[in-house]
Amino acid sequence: MTREAPPSGAFSGLAGAIDCDIHPAPPDLRALLPHLDPYWREHVERRGLERENLDTSAYPPAAPINANPDWRLPAGPAGSSLAALQAHLLDPLAPRAAICNLIHGAQMMMSEDLSAALCRGLNNWLAAEWLGRDDRLRASITVPVHSPELAAEEIERLAPDRRFVQVLLLAMAELPLGRRMMWPIYRAAEKHGLPVGIHAGSSFRHPPSAGGWGSTYLEDYVTYAQGFAGALNSLLAEGVFQKFPGLRVVLIESGVTWLPASLWRINKTWRGVRAEVPWLDRLPADLVRQHVRLTLQPFDAPPDARSLAVLLDQLGSDELLLFSTDYPHWHFDAAEGPLPAGLPPSLIRKITVENPLATYPRLAAA
Amino acid sequence: MARHVVAAVGEIPPGGRKLVTIRGREIGVFNLDGAYYALINRCPHQGAALCTGAIVSRLEAPMPGEYRLAQPGSMLRCPWHCWEFDIRTGQSWCEPEDVKARSYAVTVEPGERLARGPFVAETVSVAVEEDYVVVTL
Repeated sequence: MTREAPPSGAFSGLAGAIDCDIHPAPPDLRALLPHLDPYWREHVERRGLERENLDTSAYPPAAPINANPDWRLPAGPAGSSLAALQAHLLDPLAPRAAICNLIHGAQMMMSEDLSAALCRGLNNWLAAEWLGRDDRLRASITVPVHSPELAAEEIERLAPDRRFVQVLLLAMAELPLGRRMMWPIYRAAEKHGLPVGIHAGSSFRHPPSAGGWGSTYLEDYVTYAQGFAGALNSLLAEGVFQKFPGLRVVLIESGVTWLPASLWRINKTWRGVRAEVPWLDRLPADLVRQHVRLTLQPFDAPPDARSLAVLLDQLGSDELLLFSTDYPHWHFDAAEGPLPAGLPPSLIRKITVENPLATYPRLAAA
Repeated sequence: MARHVVAAVGEIPPGGRKLVTIRGREIGVFNLDGAYYALINRCPHQGAALCTGAIVSRLEAPMPGEYRLAQPGSMLRCPWHCWEFDIRTGQSWCEPEDVKARSYAVTVEPGERLARGPFVAETVSVAVEEDYVVVTL
């Protein structure tokens, strides 16, 4: 079977778009050593950790979906070369900005201090090796997701650098994301006008499926959508949006189309049990439309444009979706392009430019 | 529109209720701290006998964890799906502008005035020296 040429033609007409989810990756952990605190550099070397790359099993490098074949590199993980990112994406797409989200084992290690040290190293590496070398790039702050106090410290440390436009969490961690223990992260993010990006994936403290461990990657991957529903329900029920009214949340790689049914369900159930959550004083779906945004790719699109129109109507707002390619992951080919077929031009303008600018205040100022 | 005498004032104590049928319509009449209100005995959601539900307070929280028990006894909770309605207005807690139970005007009238009519009192006998709860329907 032959495949089409690299999908550069797929980006025509999208110049100036804001790509809200791309994935640079360190070539290996050795690349981070110069960017670690001296103490932690020695710690990593003594333990021989630099021989690992701390890939998360949420994104096994060999899984087809995790790199477009045209974007794989001769050596190193997909996404680990700035020159390749420029050739594959930044030059043909010509985005106004692209937001780098690092998914790495550093975020989810058992040791909170080592996790925090490696996250600092990752952020330093990203700032020096990527943000400093291409002024189209912006980034999320990578934080130790199981250590909210240390995560908040990292947010405070990096907030003055305006190239960091978001804080990055995973949908499934040790606790449901709305729990009060997590609030130092939201407090710091709100204080600095940083949306909290919740990325697909798990730190695997629990099975991705609430019913237990699945046997296959297929199950894990498909179940991540339910992980988002759980994270969102937790944020709503615990009152995070009442406590932090300025907080924005971006669901990254959620698949999107599970959302309307989930909102119908929480709206319906809330009417009967709302006394459990007396702070939740309006329809949960209204809060979602006010505070939550979703990146586009991967888009679990219905099979035809008519169904897509119905779905967009069910989302209930044209302000929810944010353009993303999810580079280097493989969700579309050249013939398809990164936008689902059948979107009206006015909505494309919203998705590619206006919604990202409204979501990320630091992009608008750039 | 006619005025219907549904109870003597002493018959529905504060926090109490009386179910009556007026022109074939079941109506719940409630006494909230001496003020009387009437709602149709039919939940706007799926038709349950709303006025037989529990009388509850407004449980509110301006912030997560800041619990406040407000306006004790002012809400009616549907026996089927526990949607809550304000006894005074029929408005639902969840969507007060869009989901409402039908409410009716209630007044308290002295028997002396009622004796002059016109009013309807199929089941309540009116004495001039007492006060009565009157629903307009």
